[in-house]
Amino acid sequence: MFITSKPYNLPVAIAPGKLGFSRMNPLALLVQLFTGVQARWMGCTPESKQRIYFANHTSHFDFLILWAVLPPNLRERTTAAGAADYWTKGPLRRWLCEKVFQVALIERQNVTRKNNPVTQLTAILDQGKSLIIFPEGTRSTDDQLHDFKPGIYHLAKARPNVDLVPAFIDNANRVLPKGEFLPVPLICSVTFGTPLRLESTEHKEQFLERARLAVQECAHL
Amino acid sequence: MNLTSDPQARFIVFGMLAVLTLASLIAWVLKQRFTDEKHAEVMANLNSRINAWWVMVITFFIAIIAGRMGSIILFGLVSFLALREFITLTPTRHADHRALFWVFFVITPIHYFLLAINWVAFFLIFIPVYAYLFIPMRIVLVGDTTDFLTRTSKIQWALMICVYFVSYAPALLDVNTPNFHDGAKLLCFFVFVVQISDVLQYVFGKLCGKHKISPQVSPNKTIEGFVGGVGSSIALGAALYWMTPFNPWQAAIMAAIITLMGFCGGLVMSAIKRDRGVKDWGVLIPGHGGMMDRIDSLCFAAPIFYHLTRYFLAHYAR
Repeated sequence: MFITSKPYNLPVAIAPGKLGFSRMNPLALLVQLFTGVQARWMGCTPESKQRIYFANHTSHFDFLILWAVLPPNLRERTTAAGAADYWTKGPLRRWLCEKVFQVALIERQNVTRKNNPVTQLTAILDQGKSLIIFPEGTRSTDDQLHDFKPGIYHLAKARPNVDLVPAFIDNANRVLPKGEFLPVPLICSVTFGTPLRLESTEHKEQFLERARLAVQECAHL
Repeated sequence: MNLTSDPQARFIVFGMLAVLTLASLIAWVLKQRFTDEKHAEVMANLNSRINAWWVMVITFFIAIIAGRMGSIILFGLVSFLALREFITLTPTRHADHRALFWVFFVITPIHYFLLAINWVAFFLIFIPVYAYLFIPMRIVLVGDTTDFLTRTSKIQWALMICVYFVSYAPALLDVNTPNFHDGAKLLCFFVFVVQISDVLQYVFGKLCGKHKISPQVSPNKTIEGFVGGVGSSIALGAALYWMTPFNPWQAAIMAAIITLMGFCGGLVMSAIKRDRGVKDWGVLIPGHGGMMDRIDSLCFAAPIFYHLTRYFLAHYAR
């Protein structure tokens, strides 16, 4: 189940400044050197405008890779959403998420009106920041792209003018599979697809499936 | 290699830079002559190839001039990058994860460390004996038996090709006899012959290549390119005999062995790429592809050249 069904994709369109050792962010540089990660901007260009990046989720490296592969000016204004129940467990995780990654913590379990993730994330969007989200809700271990949780729909409905950019992260599950703590240096790539928005007539299920297929498509671009 | 005190070393370094300058000039002239769209792609590729050569040659010379340790570190990094490309293209399973960690961060560093402290006898058997037995042991402990033989063999092959065989090149630094103690020049000779043979096969192939040698494996390799490239590399090897412990005709035979092994190495590595359905190993070196695309011929030539040279020096040294 961890066999990659297709050979590693070679980048076709590489954005300017993709590999760049530009703007010293030591963590981003480390991730770039370790995974040799390549951005493949197939459906859009890395413009400096507000976006919600949504991607498949197989590894803790996903967020790091997607974040490190963004050009520095975009990266500075991009935050990821992480599950509060996971990232507040133990001092190491808390330190990583607060000090290193600055993850926006969202509630997965006891959602009340007060800690509603959609409200939290729209607040981050209203600060002008871009978001990285993993709508499957948890890391997949079977190489399948699972059904999306409805959060992305509510987010798209709350802020209909923000582009949602699908992304497929390849090979992160081999760099750091779920349950492992030591990463192995393998070459990763992130493929960005065509941005989408919620259509006015679209139902929740329709939109969630369309968004899921958009990520799936990126895998084959 | 000492540039200030050694005129031969100066000749090697500045001679190589002169050759690159000439190549850049020729590429510039060609670019002026072929401006149509049909040639645009070839011209762009030629340009990025030559620019990458500048980077690679300068990096190589910096390492060589820095000394023995500089060269060992350079080849250690080359091994690491090649191994990363190889394993990326090789299907592995979750159960192989820990074994892969050992391969990247324990076995490869130990192997180069053994070279650095000049423990040659252990260096030569560490991977083929100890690492070869360790890898299946580490994988079997996890308990996943699906494709077990295939998975272990692939990791063993990756280690052999990318680390063990590559490390024979810096091992040339320590090939010494009472009459020959300039391993750095021998390494330069080897790397130059193996790489110039690749370049000349490409050039002759582009200029007059018609008959494909192995269309299924490597569609760009032609008989004309092979004959022209190998022939001229042997002549160059003979002319550079002063970098080696050999006389001119012995150097020619060695150059022939290097280029033939290099050619076969290129074919074998191409076959692996075809099998995995990709054109290049990666995108690390613009115009060339991945690190593995650049060193495929070196991997196969280095161990044979090393052992033949040592055999020769032990039995027939001048």
